Amino acid sequence: MSSQSMTYTSQSAIHSLKSYWTLIKSLQTGLLLITGLAGYMSARCPVTHWTTLLAVAGSLFLAISGSTVLNMVYDRDIDLKMSRACQRPLPAGKVSAREALLLGLTLSVLGVGWAFVLSLLYGLVVFAGLFFDVVVYTIWLKRRTPYSILIGGLAGGMPALAGRTLAVGQIDAVGILLASAVLFWIPTHIMTFSIRYEQDYRSAGIPTFPSTYGVPTTRTIIALSSMAAGAAMITSAVLIGMSWGYLRLLVVLSLGLLGLAFGSLVRPSERLNLGLFKYASTYMLGSMLLIMAGGL
Amino acid sequence: MKKMSALDRILLLVTGVLAAYQIVVGIDGLSTLPTAAYTIAFGVLLVAGLLLIIFGFDVLDSPLVVIVAAIIPLSLSLGLVTQYLPTLTMLYAAFAFAGLTAIAVTRFAAPGRVGTIVLAVVHGIAGLIIFGLPILFSLQGRTPIGFALVGVGGALIGLGGLMLAFLKAGKPILSQNIILAALPGLLLLMMAAFVAGFAAPLR
Repeated sequence: MSSQSMTYTSQSAIHSLKSYWTLIKSLQTGLLLITGLAGYMSARCPVTHWTTLLAVAGSLFLAISGSTVLNMVYDRDIDLKMSRACQRPLPAGKVSAREALLLGLTLSVLGVGWAFVLSLLYGLVVFAGLFFDVVVYTIWLKRRTPYSILIGGLAGGMPALAGRTLAVGQIDAVGILLASAVLFWIPTHIMTFSIRYEQDYRSAGIPTFPSTYGVPTTRTIIALSSMAAGAAMITSAVLIGMSWGYLRLLVVLSLGLLGLAFGSLVRPSERLNLGLFKYASTYMLGSMLLIMAGGL
Repeated sequence: MKKMSALDRILLLVTGVLAAYQIVVGIDGLSTLPTAAYTIAFGVLLVAGLLLIIFGFDVLDSPLVVIVAAIIPLSLSLGLVTQYLPTLTMLYAAFAFAGLTAIAVTRFAAPGRVGTIVLAVVHGIAGLIIFGLPILFSLQGRTPIGFALVGVGGALIGLGGLMLAFLKAGKPILSQNIILAALPGLLLLMMAAFVAGFAAPLR
């Protein structure tokens, strides 16, 4: 092979890898992965072994990435109609649907398979997360009803539940609360986004809360769900036995989220809405890191 | 309004991390009242730092900033009073509550001269306590000398508050750009002084 063709091949491989990286939505996948690791680490030693922790990270990363890619494959037609999504690798033609489908299926099978090897119950929860996300949320409900967000939230809570389930060997109250915290946080995360890109979702024919019930009602739901997310997170932290110091910090971060959510209700603005979206992501990351640190 | 640079964001992030550390570790082991007061002070600093990173310096235009900014010195000074002058706790708690209420009311009902006087009096008293009490107690040997750093932090927060107050009043001491460029570094220095100062009595 000539040096020129080798350079071309390596450039093409780098290009594909970049597109694959975009396909797995690295930031979203990373955040969900952290919730899974937090779920696992919320159970104190001796269940927290580094080898198992790495296996949890690997299996969840593969399963979450796989489901994200499969969602992208199914949603490529609506992504094409949305200005914020039309530059994604599939609608932009950088990756073919067949190639992405193969990638998504491979990642999903590897992730779920690895999860089943670790534990049957853990595997079932990881599989449930993938099934709810791809089949129930994306394929069945997303284009039919704005309430699909609930199933999306349920799927989002599964990594945290899975991690906790593997650590303690059963589905317990803390696992359900951690999953609930993510479930209630999802509306804050997604609805602020759907307010910002309401026109985009309209163009693609996706029913959202802002387009169905109006923006003021959506803001009320965001405020209430933020409150529920904070309550679930703090309750799970108390049940885990988090120290007072970490708990104080968690309460401070939760009050920040509530302040912004209710502020957005009282004095709504596009800027505050975007700020709430960003703070909500920071909140979830910070809270889950605290759950991890509290479990060490 | 000045655009926030990457360095500004890093400085604010480190300030936030220090505030988080102070909430988790720095005030552990104190009784309920000072713990609650310090948690409010450092909690507001932490969330305010995050909001500055998210929204940029534009957030300083909000009328709520004056009220939120008053919570920091009032709760910090309340913590110091409850910890080191416990006999004055009730009196100072009443002053802090009344002061904050007066600032909030005058912000909306009488934002002119009366509002400025109320703001200056409340901030002045709280600032003097944060600046003076740790230095005085350190000089008297009632606390380790390092505790005086809390006073240095108090002086820095006072300086920052003063610059912002004049800026918002339309009579800036320095240009807006210089004040906003200095603010993240000033906040970090202030927070570092607080962390080091509060750690001193523990040694």
